Amino acid sequence: MSRDLVIKDLHISVQGKPIIKGLNLTVKQGEIHALMGPNGSGKSTLANGLMGHPLYDIDSGEVIFSGIDILELEPNDRAKLGLFLAFQYPTAIPGVSLANFLRLAVSAVRAKEGNGSGNDRLIPMREFRRELREKMKQLGIDDSFARRYLNDGFSGGEKKRAEILQLAMLEPQIAILDETDSGLDIDAIRVVGESVSQLIGPELGVLIITHYPRLLDYIRPQFVHILLDGKIVESGGWELTQMLEAEGYDPIREKYGIIEA
Amino acid sequence: MANSETNTIEELGISKEYQYGFHDDVKPTFKSRKGLDEEVINQMCDIKEEPDWMREYRLNAYRIFKQKPMTKWGGDLSQLDFDDIYYYVKASDRSERSWDDVPDDIKKTFDRLGIPEAERKFLAGVGAQYDSEVVYHNIVEELDKIGVIFLDTDTALKEYPDLVKKYFGTIIPSADNQFAALNSAVWSGGSFVYVPPGVKVEYPLQAYFRINSENMGQFERTLIIADEGSQVHYVEGCTAPTYSSESLHSAVVEIVCMKGSRVRYTTIQNWANNVYNLVTKRAFAYEDAQMEWVDGNLGSKLTMKYPSVYMMEPGARGDILSIAFASKGQHQDAGAKVYHCAPHTTSQITSKSISKDGGRSSYRGWVDVAKGAKGCKSHVVCDALILDKDSRSDTYPVIEIGENDTNIEHEARVSKIGEEQLFYLMSRGLSEEEASTMIVNGFIEPLVKELPMEYAVEMNRLIQLQMEGSVG
Repeated sequence: MSRDLVIKDLHISVQGKPIIKGLNLTVKQGEIHALMGPNGSGKSTLANGLMGHPLYDIDSGEVIFSGIDILELEPNDRAKLGLFLAFQYPTAIPGVSLANFLRLAVSAVRAKEGNGSGNDRLIPMREFRRELREKMKQLGIDDSFARRYLNDGFSGGEKKRAEILQLAMLEPQIAILDETDSGLDIDAIRVVGESVSQLIGPELGVLIITHYPRLLDYIRPQFVHILLDGKIVESGGWELTQMLEAEGYDPIREKYGIIEA
Repeated sequence: MANSETNTIEELGISKEYQYGFHDDVKPTFKSRKGLDEEVINQMCDIKEEPDWMREYRLNAYRIFKQKPMTKWGGDLSQLDFDDIYYYVKASDRSERSWDDVPDDIKKTFDRLGIPEAERKFLAGVGAQYDSEVVYHNIVEELDKIGVIFLDTDTALKEYPDLVKKYFGTIIPSADNQFAALNSAVWSGGSFVYVPPGVKVEYPLQAYFRINSENMGQFERTLIIADEGSQVHYVEGCTAPTYSSESLHSAVVEIVCMKGSRVRYTTIQNWANNVYNLVTKRAFAYEDAQMEWVDGNLGSKLTMKYPSVYMMEPGARGDILSIAFASKGQHQDAGAKVYHCAPHTTSQITSKSISKDGGRSSYRGWVDVAKGAKGCKSHVVCDALILDKDSRSDTYPVIEIGENDTNIEHEARVSKIGEEQLFYLMSRGLSEEEASTMIVNGFIEPLVKELPMEYAVEMNRLIQLQMEGSVG
């Protein structure tokens, strides 16, 4: 079965205001796409809408993943199909350790239908610990990290690394990285970028949503798209990032007659 | 007088609608008539063969109780009918209730909680030959070697009358409040603990080991005396629902923490939802002593409970950590009181409440610093988590400070389970219910991590059960 993510003529609004206005994009397993756009172009709206955030209203369009339209599915069912969103602003869950959370999440995502819920389907502790330790080692994350409360008091860089660790553990087919580089200094971007690049392979399709091309130095996309006013206005390859690096978004805005919001 | 006849369920005051009502045939060897008067108390004293001073104490308390007006603050007590209660029931034997009589949903709850077989039978009131009895006797033997007394209070009154007399009612006098007076008049059961100077009890003393000794009575009276430099952790209750045939539970717990001692008293209670749980708990902490209350309240119809610590001498410390979970039809009026009666005393109150399905939780707190009690510190944190729009949370903090040189901090937070938190967890594959449960479990983690391991595990499972079906 195809695990591609196919977005067709998608329209999303937030509190009645249209943000995504007819977006088409296909991300195949094994491909890396970068979706670049200035502030206010709709990048985070797309990310949240794809994952099923209740505050983002889907007005029309289709999002086909694993052969079905996922727009009616709850976020957890999208996750179980193999969709993953690395959040721009991961939420803190005080009192819940990263390890306990991940064990439940991994168990939920790997559980087969009709396999019970909650504690009944938890993967064995030893097995989980071994796997977690392995992945943390691979990503250069300290063991103590697992015992900390999820995102609670984490620095910006730690939050993003925790997101990447979740990505590694949940093993999705399609991962959306929403401004994973935002708020990070150059060193932190390198660490996160290198971590993500380790996870890339033929099984994983990635949609990197970003304002700046910096993260892309570590995760080279094969496809680059420019998002402007809720639509993809240009698609191409690496040369597009070069152009944005050199000239910024103004020439594109001018070309499509879009006045800065 | 209908003392020893077999009564029907209704006559025993067990409501048929009562969620956990057992249809059983426990034959009381003695049951006082409904309602309370001096004759009932005298009968009780006769049967218990109590010393005269206790009889006088009870009668005096009863007179005080009669004079007290119905408590008007806290929760709604208007439905509580003192004339419709049996104040003393002495059951002959629990073994007449058979495991087969236990309703399936309760068995299922035990299953889900993972409660060991033997313990289940005890909790369901089945089986007199509980394995833990052996465990208890072993523990008592061990404790005996180090001079620790751990008995039910009735037995202690017989075996250590002087020790009991010396402290009984000194921390919570009968006149303290309406329910302390009632308990003082009709108390039965509860625990008596004495720890000699310098002795540190290594493991928690658990009330539920004492199963054949009227442990789960409605008017328990517990007295703990920690002598100088001693240390003890007492644990009462359990997370499994507690099935009471009576609708009023009114306990009194008195604790004496002598110089340099350290006492922790942990309660996890999950009363059936018909029960008025009105409990007075108080500790006196002397020089450099430390008293810790860890108090978890689930279930009941109304709980009014405010564990308190009186810091009587310099260096004393009082810590109170309480959690209340109020669900449909429940009011948890819980909190804490600290009295800084001496200089350089420290207190910390952490209160967490969860309200769900129209449940109501209130924090009622009192911080008092006496005049001249210089250099005291008190830190109060109240966190309320409200799970839906039908539920309610209130805070009633009182701070009375008679001394300028003092440092009091009070923080209160009310939060709802955030949409962002739910979305975040659901985006990782958790169902809405799993996500809410996880957030709630995280919220009460500060209490849970203070619990002995087996209680912590049960507590988390219990929250999970409470949360089941809560998301629609």
